[in-house]
Amino acid sequence: MKYFLIFTLLFVSPVFAETPEEKGLAIAKEDDKRDNGFGDFTANMVMVLKNKQGEESTRHIRNKTLEVEGDGDKSISIFDRPRDVKGTALLNFTHKVGTDDQWLYLPALKRVKRISSANKSGSFMGSEFAYEDVTSQEVEKYTYKWIRDEEFKGEKCFVFERYPVYKNSGYTRQLVWLDQKDYKILKIEFFDRKNSPLKTLTQSDFKQYLGKYWYPGTMFMDNHQTGKSTLLTWTNYKFGNGLSNKDFNKNSLKRAR
Amino acid sequence: MTHRLWGLVIFALAFFVIPINQVHSHELSGFVAGEVRLFPQEAIFPGQTDQSASFALQPEYYHEFKSGSSFTFVPFLRVDSGDQERTHFDIRELTFLLLKDEYELRIGVRKVFWGATEVLHLVDIINQIDLVENLDTEDRLGQPMVNLSVARDWGTVDVFWMPFFRERTFQGTGGRLRFRDVVDEDRTEYESPAEEWHNDWAFRYSHTFGDLDLGLAQFIGTNREPTFFNSADENGSAIVIPKYELIRQTSIDATYVVEDWLWKFEAMYRTGQRNEDFYAWTGGFEYTFVGFMESSMDLGLIGEWMFDTREEEATNPFENDIVGGLRLAVNDAASTEALLAVVQDLNTDARFLILEASRRFGDNWLLTAELRGFLDQTQEDFLFDARDDDLMQIQLEYYF
Repeated sequence: MKYFLIFTLLFVSPVFAETPEEKGLAIAKEDDKRDNGFGDFTANMVMVLKNKQGEESTRHIRNKTLEVEGDGDKSISIFDRPRDVKGTALLNFTHKVGTDDQWLYLPALKRVKRISSANKSGSFMGSEFAYEDVTSQEVEKYTYKWIRDEEFKGEKCFVFERYPVYKNSGYTRQLVWLDQKDYKILKIEFFDRKNSPLKTLTQSDFKQYLGKYWYPGTMFMDNHQTGKSTLLTWTNYKFGNGLSNKDFNKNSLKRAR
Repeated sequence: MTHRLWGLVIFALAFFVIPINQVHSHELSGFVAGEVRLFPQEAIFPGQTDQSASFALQPEYYHEFKSGSSFTFVPFLRVDSGDQERTHFDIRELTFLLLKDEYELRIGVRKVFWGATEVLHLVDIINQIDLVENLDTEDRLGQPMVNLSVARDWGTVDVFWMPFFRERTFQGTGGRLRFRDVVDEDRTEYESPAEEWHNDWAFRYSHTFGDLDLGLAQFIGTNREPTFFNSADENGSAIVIPKYELIRQTSIDATYVVEDWLWKFEAMYRTGQRNEDFYAWTGGFEYTFVGFMESSMDLGLIGEWMFDTREEEATNPFENDIVGGLRLAVNDAASTEALLAVVQDLNTDARFLILEASRRFGDNWLLTAELRGFLDQTQEDFLFDARDDDLMQIQLEYYF
């Protein structure tokens, strides 16, 4: 009897009594697994910033991303509009643990400037997206907790919370709606450092690439505290461009345009 | 004299550009700008103006081939009402880039930046300063060169061959922010018998070691910083003659990231200038409060120290000075930014005040305001002759 109990505890109970934390982590791991192996992609991004009064301002950005095995992705973002910042480019090395490495290229001065990326809560190009929202999402960056399953926009979803483990995040927690079939993130609610509702991200117009990867065409970030919003539209996704590490160094940053 | 060089450069470019059917993409961009300068204090020297207006144009043509190689042409023109020497034309860039997997080769005229700090650009020696543009030394003249750059896992090596030297631009009689006596660029002297045709060389190794960005460089050639001699022209009027000596300069520049702190350092050792070898260094920090006061704004604190072992003999104003500064980024749609900095001389009471602010209007317009103040400049200070040249400058740029 005693042996049976130990046997049960060792082998049976983890399956039956998976804690919400374990379930949340398992979901995040599965999501990450499904995202792995894309290699590289390039895409164009249009950002429409809207303030409380409804005034709009548009930014055009081109993006190159390289998947790095065993670590976070490398990316270069090149600004086309507004015209005064044309040619400005950002090189980012995401890391699973610790702070990212970032360099900014200022074309008028021809200067590559190392910038501090410790504080990820800063605004990305004046938008409602923070740096921590746009850099690559790694499993290790959060702890997780599954909350419930529910239907959202006609799709069966996992609803789970994730809590940033990196320092200087602008959030206490994020509530995520992830569809159970394709593992597309449909919605994220962000809660600020005081745990008050801050922003809501809704993602739509998903398309499947390489017969495997689902990427959103539209990302809408609504800031409930300021009344501002940012609409981000992705177009022209291209995979398998043969990009490698040498396309993501300070030399390539200087000639990125 | 220069047309010989341009001929050479254009010939070299034509050689590469001939297979035009390989056009991948090309575009025209750039800006036009109108600028007004006001000097609230009365001019000290005869001929100087109290206000001026000017117009500048800088188009950029870029042409990319299928191979990734490219051609860039950036001419620059400024027309100024106050100072005829500030009315000037320059080719900022005229470069062919040959892009290979193993290396990058650039032939032509271009600009290169070396350095880490914000106020003094101590080790940035490739390009001559276009001093009439702005006192901040961030505007540079296009430098003719052949540059080979090799990036490997262990670092990046750059070799520069610079066959032609560019003289520094200086304010004319009508210009403020100058010495009492005008620099006579027709009497420029060189240490090298080849004058501006001396072959200058530079070598640089740069690499990122985790949180440290490091650059080591060696420059052998014509000093970008002139030594000045007092003289008189044929009418007996006092003038200043610039002399460009042959120097060797070894330099290091580094940026180290620690959380929200950026630590910056530049140092150099120069021989050959006035037969006196010297060291100079500058270093400091930048700390950013992201989202300070619970807003979406970023506030940066800047602290830097500049030192030159020549002290009073230094050929720049920063022989022993400290800088304290604040940088504000509002992070709004208009990208509103402001920078306030005070440079304090540690040997005298002299202070130099810098205020810069900019804001975008619509998608194409950028408004920039600059304020410079010269406070308590004593007779022995480098900027004594500019003591009454406090400046308010407003610039409106249209980008296309």
